[in-house]
Formats: sequence, C-alpha cells, structure tokens
Amino acid sequence: MAPNDNTRITETEGEPSAFRRKATRYALPVAVAGVAAATIGLVPALAAAGGSGPQLADISAQQLIEKIAASDTQQLSGSLKITTDLGLPALSGLDSVAGALGDSAGAGDGSTADPGTKLMELASGSHTLRVAADGADKQRLSIVEGAAEYSLIRNGDEVWAYDSGSNQAYHATEKDAGGHGGSEGTKGEGAQGAKDLDVTPSELAAQVLKAAGDTTSVTVDGTARVAGHDAYRLLVKPKQSGSTVGSVTIAVDAKTGTPLKFTLASSGGGKPIVDVGFTKVDFAKPDASTFDFTPPKGTKVTRADESDAAHGKDAKNEASGADQGEGRFGGLLGELSGADDSGDVKTIGKGWSTVYELTSPKDESGAAGKGSEAAGSGASKQDDLPAEAEGLIGSLGSKVTGKFGSGMVFETRIVNALMTDDGKVYVGAVTKDALLKAANQAN
Amino acid sequence: MSRAEPTGRAPAAPAARAPRPWWTLGLLRSELALTFGRARTLALLGVLAAVPVLIGVAVKTETGGGGGVSDAGAAHGPAFLTQLTNNGLFLVFAALAATLPVFLPMAVGVVAGDAIAGEAHGGTLRYLLVAPAGRTRLLLVKYAATMVFCLVATAVVAVSALVVGALLFPLGDVTTISGTRISFGDGLIRALLIALVVAASLIGLAALGLFVSTLTNSGIAAMAATVGLLITVQILDTVPQLHAIQPYLFSHYWLSFADLLRAPFYWDDIVKNLEIQALYAAVFGSAAWARFTTRDITA
Repeated sequence: MAPNDNTRITETEGEPSAFRRKATRYALPVAVAGVAAATIGLVPALAAAGGSGPQLADISAQQLIEKIAASDTQQLSGSLKITTDLGLPALSGLDSVAGALGDSAGAGDGSTADPGTKLMELASGSHTLRVAADGADKQRLSIVEGAAEYSLIRNGDEVWAYDSGSNQAYHATEKDAGGHGGSEGTKGEGAQGAKDLDVTPSELAAQVLKAAGDTTSVTVDGTARVAGHDAYRLLVKPKQSGSTVGSVTIAVDAKTGTPLKFTLASSGGGKPIVDVGFTKVDFAKPDASTFDFTPPKGTKVTRADESDAAHGKDAKNEASGADQGEGRFGGLLGELSGADDSGDVKTIGKGWSTVYELTSPKDESGAAGKGSEAAGSGASKQDDLPAEAEGLIGSLGSKVTGKFGSGMVFETRIVNALMTDDGKVYVGAVTKDALLKAANQAN
Repeated sequence: MSRAEPTGRAPAAPAARAPRPWWTLGLLRSELALTFGRARTLALLGVLAAVPVLIGVAVKTETGGGGGVSDAGAAHGPAFLTQLTNNGLFLVFAALAATLPVFLPMAVGVVAGDAIAGEAHGGTLRYLLVAPAGRTRLLLVKYAATMVFCLVATAVVAVSALVVGALLFPLGDVTTISGTRISFGDGLIRALLIALVVAASLIGLAALGLFVSTLTNSGIAAMAATVGLLITVQILDTVPQLHAIQPYLFSHYWLSFADLLRAPFYWDDIVKNLEIQALYAAVFGSAAWARFTTRDITA
C-alpha cells in the first residue's frame, strides 16, 4: 500500500477515481469491524449450533448416577460462574430489611468478612468463583470481585475468611465451630453458610438426586463440553405439573464423574433460575500455598467466638439468609431440614408440588429453621417489624382471596408463599395457581 | 543520509517506497522529541506524577501514620487503599486504579487528538508530507509516538507512586487480594506487569484519538472530541440497561489489571481487555489510515 503523497491529485484527476480510491480504503476498517462483529456473533452461535456435543459411549441414567456417586475427585482447582435469578426483589431492598431486622435484634455486626452476610450476595446476579480443593481438609473458595476478592480458606482445623476489599478477616477453628460438621466443604460457622449454599456442582447434584422419586424422571440427555471436558448431561424433570421447577440439568465429566455444570430451569421459561458451572477446571493437585493464609499486618480479624457471642440468636437468621441461595430450595425439594423440630407444619401434596402449611409461627427462629424465606420470617416478625420493613413487605406481595380467606402472596421464580390474614403460611416450590389451589383444598 | 535528498513532490512516492528503517527511526525520534518537548505534555506528566503524592499524603495524614485506614472509609474508597498503610507498594496499584479511569486516558486523548490535527492546525502538516515520508509512515510514526506516551505516562504514575509509597509507608511482603503472600520482589514484578497492562489498556483509545485527529484541522476540536468520547463511553459503561453492549466498550475491562494480584492469576478479563484494545486499534487505526491517505491536506 504505497501512499500517494500528491495532495493535488484528487483535484486534477477528477471525482470518480478519487471516490473509488476513498471507497476502497474505507473498505478496510469496515472489513476489520465486520470480521470482528462476525467473530463475536458467530463463534458462540457456532459453538451452540454444534451443540450435539462430543461423541461418547451410551450410558444409562442409572450408570451415570453411579458414576457421580463413585466419583472420588479429591483434588481440583478451577473457576466457576454462578448466575442466579431467583426473581427476588432487588437485593438492596432485602439487605435493608435484613439490616433492619439485625439491628432490631441488637446484633448488627460491622465485619464485612463475615461469611454469612457475604455469601448472601451470591443469591442474585452473576458471580465468578474460584475453587481449589486438596483432599478432605484443604479447601478454598473465593468470590472474584472488581478489584477485590473474598476468600474462604480451610486448612486443617483453621478456617479463614478474608475480604481484601475492606482488609478484614474472619477466623474460626474447628472446636469453635462445634456441631456444625459439614460432610465436605469447610466446617465452622462460615462453612455452614457455604454448605447451605452448595456452590459446588457435586453438592447440588447430590441434593437433587436425593429428591428424585417416582415423581421425577431422570434421563441422560446427550453430551456436552464443559470447560474443555467431555460431559454427559443428566436431565431431571418433575413428572407433576404445578412445580416452578422446569428441569434440572447436570453435566457430568465423562472421565471422572465429577459434576461440572448445574442448571435449574424454571417451568415458566426464561433464564435459568440457577446456573452454576465450571468455566475452567483442572484435576491436578493445587499449589500448597493456595491454602496458606496469614492475615496481613493491619487486618482487622474477627474471631468466630466473639462473633458468635455478638450474634447469638441472629446466627439462625443468618443461616436462613444464606438459605436464600440454592440450599433453600434444595432443602424444600428434598427433605425440609427443619421440619422435624417443629410440630406445626403440615404438608399438602407430595414430591415436587409439595406445599407446606405453617400455622402462625410465633417463634421466629423456628420460622427461620423451616426454611421459609423472607416472606416467612417477615410474617413471624410482624409484631416488632421496623416500619420500613413493613412497608417493603407490603410492596412485595399481592392481595389474594379464596376459601382460605384473604391473604398476601409473595412470589419469586422458585418459591412462592401465601400468608393468610388468619396467620397461616403456605410455602412451596410451586406456581402461584398451584399454591392457591392447595390452600383452598386445605380449607 | 536520505534525508538530504528530498526530490520534490511527484517522485517522492518511489523514494518513500524504498525500505529505509533508519529513516523511520529518525522520524520517530524527532516525533518523540517533539511530543515530549512540548510544555503541554510535560504539564500532563507532572499532573500524573502528582496524583500518587496526593493519595499518599492524604492517606498518611488521615491515618496519622499509625493504625489502618478506618473501616468506614475503607469499603468505599478506591481499590487497594486499605492495605496501603501496611505496604507502600500498594500505592502503585492504588494510584494506577485511581488514574486509569480519568487522568491517564485524558492525557492520552490530548496527545492522540493533537497528533495530526495539531500539525494541520499549526500549518506544519503539509511540510511534513513534503519530506519523503509517506502518509502511511507518518501515521504509523504518530501512532507509535502516542503509544510510547501511553507507556511513559503509566510509568510516571507507577514510579512516582513507588517512590512516594517507599517514603511514606513501610515496604515488605505483599498479600495478594486472594490472601496469599508473595515476596516484595515478586510484588515488584507484578507491579511492572500491571503497569504494562495499564499502558496496553490505552492503545484502543489512542487509535480512536488518532482517527478523530485525522478528521479535523483543529487540534483543540480533536482533543475535545476524544476526551468527550472517553467520558461518553464511561457513562455508557455504568448504565445497567446497556449491559449488552458494555463488553465491547474499550474501557469496560480497564480495571481488570487487578486480576494480576490474585493467586493464581486470573487471566480471563485481562485477555478480553487486550483483545478489545487490539480490535479498537485495528478498526480505528485502519480508519485513520483510510481517511488520512485520501484526504486533501490544505493546511
């Protein structure tokens, strides 16, 4: 492309050739932009179109589940992407309620490194997580944020949480943590939050499979490539209608049997309610230094025992806060974790369309334990509810009437709750119509 | 050498076609001398050097040299400030994070916008083209000089921050934002890497500024347009409803340089940033070339 330096040429040679020359030159940037746009547009489309996935030997659902169960992946590291759309109102609103409730309980705690509050952020939007594990007693989970990172590190008996954004740390040791003992994942209070949240695909998969029964169809739905690994897709679908759950898809690594991706689709269509998957995964042993943590100089460290004392009864609320994550519906779908310790819970229906009827729970921690969400615990707190929270609750629900009298329905994409004026609460992972029907039947 | 044999307008093209790397280098050198000799450029660099001093002194006086940054201020201030009082090296990261959104790109916008339009405005562009340089080569040299300015401007911020940080705060092992600990030497290497990534983050804007610069004969207009575009893009980047286009804005991944402070490195966003910069450089660089090689130079 030798440049023609004669500036006069355009005037002497006349318009047409000058125009053509201009047009050909301007074609270059247009072509570059076009190629870029095509690449950006087509590559994901092609990847999706080639969606038949890799060729793998046929496998039955039974074999695949066994493969997952037999999976013994002790060492791995990688990045996860978690996208949740629970249909909750904006999290800031919930935060203010949670904050108000916390304050009224006299348990406002300043530490931003506290795992309970931190992990609640995962309940909405899209986040990048990084995980690393080496055996049963070394794990690490970090939430990647803008120019900061929140890390939960377990190394033997020590559990650390470090929030680099505020330079605060949270420390617990195994004996502080008492009877929380998680099956895997970190233990201790912070770990309790992590366990409730179940961010690793393997935990999520285990819970869903437990919930499967004659109400559920479990099939192998082709193959996929996840994070560069060939994987089978296990498709779990409710056989009943009325559930808010459309389907659950779990991509399982064909070699190791490790679940790599978990997608919970809504029966109402639209974006998945929860989508957690590895974007990168490596089954090699992570660097030992990954699990070392010494708080840097000047870091404010909160110890678990102090924090426990400060929290007291608030701890349970917090657990239910973390429950806003997948743990909650996992619990609701399978076994209602707190159901056995409270006498006033009735169930209507079974399987996926189960609706729980709670009769005017006066004891707030009981309500939290039952896994009822913001609506439920809001209901139980009505007597001492701060005005702002009351207003918010009012704006969240919608009025309904039926055989049960009248009440408010609180809707999310996964769990719906009906709070009647006579103090009964119906909660289930069912659509609003199914919920009202169940409530009508019960009366 | 060949500079002594300008052969007039028409035969200039064949002369320019001959490969003369030294000649280009000479042109680049004179271009750099011109850019960095300007009082305006030096003033810009001075402002950039002052930013870390300002941050450092402010943090130092606020904390009284003793404890850490107060909890209330920590969560809302710029990134990396919380660790600053314990490790002066963090002033490099904090200063780069503070200057990257505004000061650095503004300086680059001024230099890039001025590159061609300033010459045209001063009436020197046609004399430059009389020399057997060729428009393409002149444009490349202008772009190269702008990129050198990106690098120098970033280096000025980083070095000033390092000096101020070392004077005001203790130095030592560095805790990454993932909570792992690396030696001070490793920390310095990461600071260098970060400075390079920050400088590379400005390449796209430099190409955009150069293109704007070829559109007009007024240096001021080109600078204002470039800086205006910069501000517009950054506003667009904050509007949640526009999240669909945000990944393609040149400033979207700028702060991803912080990912170099994680352990292990988290490359995804940095790679995306560099891809976006390369794309902007290709599109607007070639657009600038198309415009510059076909337009009438009247001034």
